[in-house]
Amino acid sequence: MSQYLFQQIINGLALGSLYALVAIGFSMIYGIVRLINFAHGDLVMIGAFSTLALVTAGVPWPLILVFVLAIGAIAGMTIETIVFRPIRGASQVTGFIATLAVSIAIQNSALMILSGQPRNFLFPAFMRQRVGFGGVNASLTDIAIIVLTLLLIGGLFLVVYRTRLGRAMRATAENLTAARLMGVAVNRTILAAFAIGSALAAVSGLFWGGKFGQIDPLLGFVPGLKAFVACVIGGVGSIGGAMLGGYILGLSEVLFVGLLPQEFSGYRDTFVFLLLIVILLIRPSGLFVRHTEERA
Amino acid sequence: MPTPSQTTSVAETASAPTTPRSGFVAALLTILVAAAAVWAAQQGLNSYLVTLLALLFINAALAVSLTLTNGLTGLFSLGHPAFMTIGAYVAAILTFSARRKGSMLPGLPDWLASTELSMFPALLIAGLAGGLVALAIGWAVLRLKGHYLAVATLGLIIVVQGLATNWDGITRGGAGLSGLPRHVDIWWALGFLVIVVAITWRVKFSSLGRAMMAVRENELAASCSGINAARLKILAFVIGAVMAAIAGAMLAHLISVVTPKTYSVLLAFNIVVMVVIGGSGSITGALVAATAITVLSEALRPVEESIGLYGMSQVIVALCLIVVLYLKPGGLFGSGEPAFVRRLFSGRKTQ
Repeated sequence: MSQYLFQQIINGLALGSLYALVAIGFSMIYGIVRLINFAHGDLVMIGAFSTLALVTAGVPWPLILVFVLAIGAIAGMTIETIVFRPIRGASQVTGFIATLAVSIAIQNSALMILSGQPRNFLFPAFMRQRVGFGGVNASLTDIAIIVLTLLLIGGLFLVVYRTRLGRAMRATAENLTAARLMGVAVNRTILAAFAIGSALAAVSGLFWGGKFGQIDPLLGFVPGLKAFVACVIGGVGSIGGAMLGGYILGLSEVLFVGLLPQEFSGYRDTFVFLLLIVILLIRPSGLFVRHTEERA
Repeated sequence: MPTPSQTTSVAETASAPTTPRSGFVAALLTILVAAAAVWAAQQGLNSYLVTLLALLFINAALAVSLTLTNGLTGLFSLGHPAFMTIGAYVAAILTFSARRKGSMLPGLPDWLASTELSMFPALLIAGLAGGLVALAIGWAVLRLKGHYLAVATLGLIIVVQGLATNWDGITRGGAGLSGLPRHVDIWWALGFLVIVVAITWRVKFSSLGRAMMAVRENELAASCSGINAARLKILAFVIGAVMAAIAGAMLAHLISVVTPKTYSVLLAFNIVVMVVIGGSGSITGALVAATAITVLSEALRPVEESIGLYGMSQVIVALCLIVVLYLKPGGLFGSGEPAFVRRLFSGRKTQ
């Protein structure tokens, strides 16, 4: 395999990992409370800036990873408790608008506190070197992102499919009322879904900073939207679908830029959202979902 | 001659017909009063404040147009900035002076480079362009149930911004088009607002508006009673988009510049806030909320600049919205119009 193509694929997988981490949380939250959480992307930004603050404070990297997971979880639980839980019974549109308001409030508070200036964000020097194997090489950052993401997703699947909490989540997603009648503590389950989803998004922010080297208060907006595109590719509400959708989106975005002539690279985001509209036209329930029931 | 008795909204069923002409007279009088106020403002205020007033009129028109799509029909479109950008660029390319256009925008075909239209036809073509794009998007997305429109329209904003930034030959890239002819003044803005309110009012209190509200309340039930819900939703989306495209074109010719970032996601949010705070489906509410929010954010802007806390006014607007969703989820006026407004303009009495 040529070095160029290999580099593109590694790059795409790393980007796809970032999207997958955001998309999984997005999909979990949608699956359980039927809420499109526009504020989910802003947790990426919160994760990135928390990392920066922790690095500045001199915390060692493995601990930073743990802290960022915790900060993301706490932020997600706070938003759910303060804003989303009180309006739970309201219409779906009210829910969208509330998440949009939370997103705007977070972004602009960050602008107020941190200013709009982009900050430099660097992983330690050894992470930035390149490692070679069999005639091709890749940056250690990308490899670390890919491997750590797979570990996190593996952990998530263990929680969702092998624990009591995971069973409660799946039951709530299937039918909230029935789950409550069966004795599932629905509010606590929803809170856990927000915590897990938000923690993954925050870690994605840590990786985001490391991969792109610069962060700013509005960086969460586009990943948040692309997470939705990833969910639509994989079928909204399914965790595995969101993960695969994230990887497909990351790879196709990188290949779009890498394989077409230079002058098209500015159309990258345009391509992603045209892809969304095409998929909604031909496979609105996702590439991997064979059948969805319609509820009146 | 009495009009046939029409029910106007779920809460407004009790209305008896009187003369339809009195509503027309009241509307005409209101327009005359507004025109007098605008004339007085032009005499008494400085040009900055007059421009601000024009901006207020256009914002109010935007809020009312979104009331038709989001409020009456219950869709959740965030696409207004995308349609405004499309409208602004289309109109700007049409009105730009033919002498400079060829060298500034080398990508234009010759027949377009040598055209120089006046404002009115340019606005019509801008509206048409916005409507066609909305038709394509709506056809793809509105056949599906639920929430897809919100994200598809947000995506559309990014697609349109990407095209405007990268299609240098026609849009001059990120720098945008500046030095547009200032064809639009406060009278255009007032006229546009009047037309948008009149159209939306007519739609709301017609069988079309009733059908839209039926789709909003229960799509399945509406379909069962013979309403073509998909077509109706596309229609509501397209009407809103045409109005947004024209508003974008007018705003660009008011401030004489348009860039890919002039109409952003933040604007979409602010218009949605106006609709929600006013009450989804209430024209009066949209007008009141648009006025309040425009005045609030313009008043806070100098404060923001003097203490260096950029973004503060936006945080305040977002928090206001969350508080309204808590305390009064239906907005200030719910889905209806206040009784005195209805009595005045519909020419009907409530019992």
